[in-house]
Amino acid sequence: MRTFTQRRTVRRTAIAVIAVALFALIGFASLAWRPAIAAIEPPAKTSFSPELITRGEVLAAEAHCASCHTGPGGEKFAGGYGVNTPFGVLYGTNITPDAETGIGRWSLEAFTRAMREGVARDGSHLFGAFPYWAYTKLYDDDVQALYAYLMTRPPVRATTPPNTVPFPLSIRSLEEGWKILFFRSGRYRVDPAKSSEWNRGAYLAEAVSDCAGCHTPRNALGGEKTSKALGGAVIDHWIAPALTEANPSPVPWTQEELFSYLRTGLTPLHGATAATMTPVIRDALALPVVPGGDVRAIALYFSDISHISARDSDIQATVKQALATSGLGSGQEYNPDAKLYAAACFSCHYNSATGPLSARPELALNSALTLPEPTNFIQVVLKGVSNKEGAPGLVMPAYASSLSNADVARLAAYLRRTRTRLSPWTDLEKKVAAARRELEASR
Amino acid sequence: MTEFNLNGRTVSVHSNEEAPLLWVIRDELGLKGTKFGCGIGMCGACTVHVDGRATRSCITAVGAVAGAEVTTIEGLDPEGKHPLQIAWLELQVPQCGYCQPGQIMQAATLLKDYPSPTDQDINAVMAGSLCRCMTYLRIRKAIKLAAARMREGGAHG
Repeated sequence: MRTFTQRRTVRRTAIAVIAVALFALIGFASLAWRPAIAAIEPPAKTSFSPELITRGEVLAAEAHCASCHTGPGGEKFAGGYGVNTPFGVLYGTNITPDAETGIGRWSLEAFTRAMREGVARDGSHLFGAFPYWAYTKLYDDDVQALYAYLMTRPPVRATTPPNTVPFPLSIRSLEEGWKILFFRSGRYRVDPAKSSEWNRGAYLAEAVSDCAGCHTPRNALGGEKTSKALGGAVIDHWIAPALTEANPSPVPWTQEELFSYLRTGLTPLHGATAATMTPVIRDALALPVVPGGDVRAIALYFSDISHISARDSDIQATVKQALATSGLGSGQEYNPDAKLYAAACFSCHYNSATGPLSARPELALNSALTLPEPTNFIQVVLKGVSNKEGAPGLVMPAYASSLSNADVARLAAYLRRTRTRLSPWTDLEKKVAAARRELEASR
Repeated sequence: MTEFNLNGRTVSVHSNEEAPLLWVIRDELGLKGTKFGCGIGMCGACTVHVDGRATRSCITAVGAVAGAEVTTIEGLDPEGKHPLQIAWLELQVPQCGYCQPGQIMQAATLLKDYPSPTDQDINAVMAGSLCRCMTYLRIRKAIKLAAARMREGGAHG
């Protein structure tokens, strides 16, 4: 039996614990609290200069705002696109100047706070699918230009579907915790040691286009692993490859190659784009409104941070070696793997020794075969590439209905063995089966 | 509802987006030149052009060609006089003929990419187009004949 003193100690400790928890909660709540910013009457279109609106149009294209803020088949910027996150589906909101369902009543101050701090006009925290951690780096005049452009779009009345993030993660003030852990507010800082073109590219890549959003891996809480910045990550079941020197492409991304890729969606030495990169190219960087100089700057920045100058001496040799393997399987030899490849893939992917053609993506030069995992190879074989995605004019049929898991695994193993010098992929059939289950679930 | 361009005219089809393009071309649009062979993209009989490139229509969903230009054997040349078609007739390439529309459509893409194809180019690009009558030697001859004429004439280049 406890003595009176012991019981008193237990009670005191309990009170202390509760008090500390209460103080912590109040402290956190006050940290998380943000005031609402007064609603305004939607500003008149004439209150913005045409030059500012045009600059905003370019920036909105480069930032591919429409890809998350436009629903399937919906009006541009009216919201409704579902972003798949490990925590649930988050829907892009209506950012047209509709007073009730859009951002019509947002002042420039409210818009700026949302862009830079991830807080809505009413003071609630925005979820991190909205990359405010990138936009915080935007210069003042660029935020103003984006505001001017969006506020002069036609207002569309459209309510955003509710997010599917479960309780308690759906409590918006908890985002403050995420911000304390992972978010640093601050403008882009020019690197004086680099050229102005390099800095322009870095600014566009980091603050505007948010390349890290897909290409940097995340931790369990959804924070970017800064130690592995741009080191490659899985996004929507595909691998967004590393943009550092760990990039898996056999031929390094020179400024010229990356420029062509970002502008057209394909290059002869790297192949064609697909999946989640499509909106970044076709609905953004390839648009005529985006100046070529900006895309060239982004390409320069990445060619520099991936240290291509140290690696670009042997491009010719790499291409020659790749082409030497391109005709494998066209002869009379008996090789069931090569025969399967010849039946299914050869007619489009073969390249003659004269050089790879951009319309014939050369697999020996393609990162789909040189990534550490067969993810992208499996995805593209099962799903194909429709006319709406990838490079314009390049359609690949979907082989999900025609090739068995074992067939896809055989093709993957055969190509990895004959077109690269890398170690074999493991558990191929299991990985194909998993990708097929995901594909069937999504239908 | 899917819209695309078929042999130069815009068509709007009601088939499910997942329906194979081949079925839509044959059954909904009524063009029977494109053939059903294996149904799994392994024989080439169903080859059509999507945006000018040979594509197996039996495993390409119609939704995947929304907005694209699709050309079938009927649309390869308005008068059926593509140099490949002329060479095919001259050399009497077909035996039963079933696979030949697909062969010709595939060969047209081959010549677009490789105007002077080597034997290896032909073997590789035509490898996925099967002919159970074994007309392969005449196919090779006809491709080379058409290639030579196209290089001289410049037509259909």
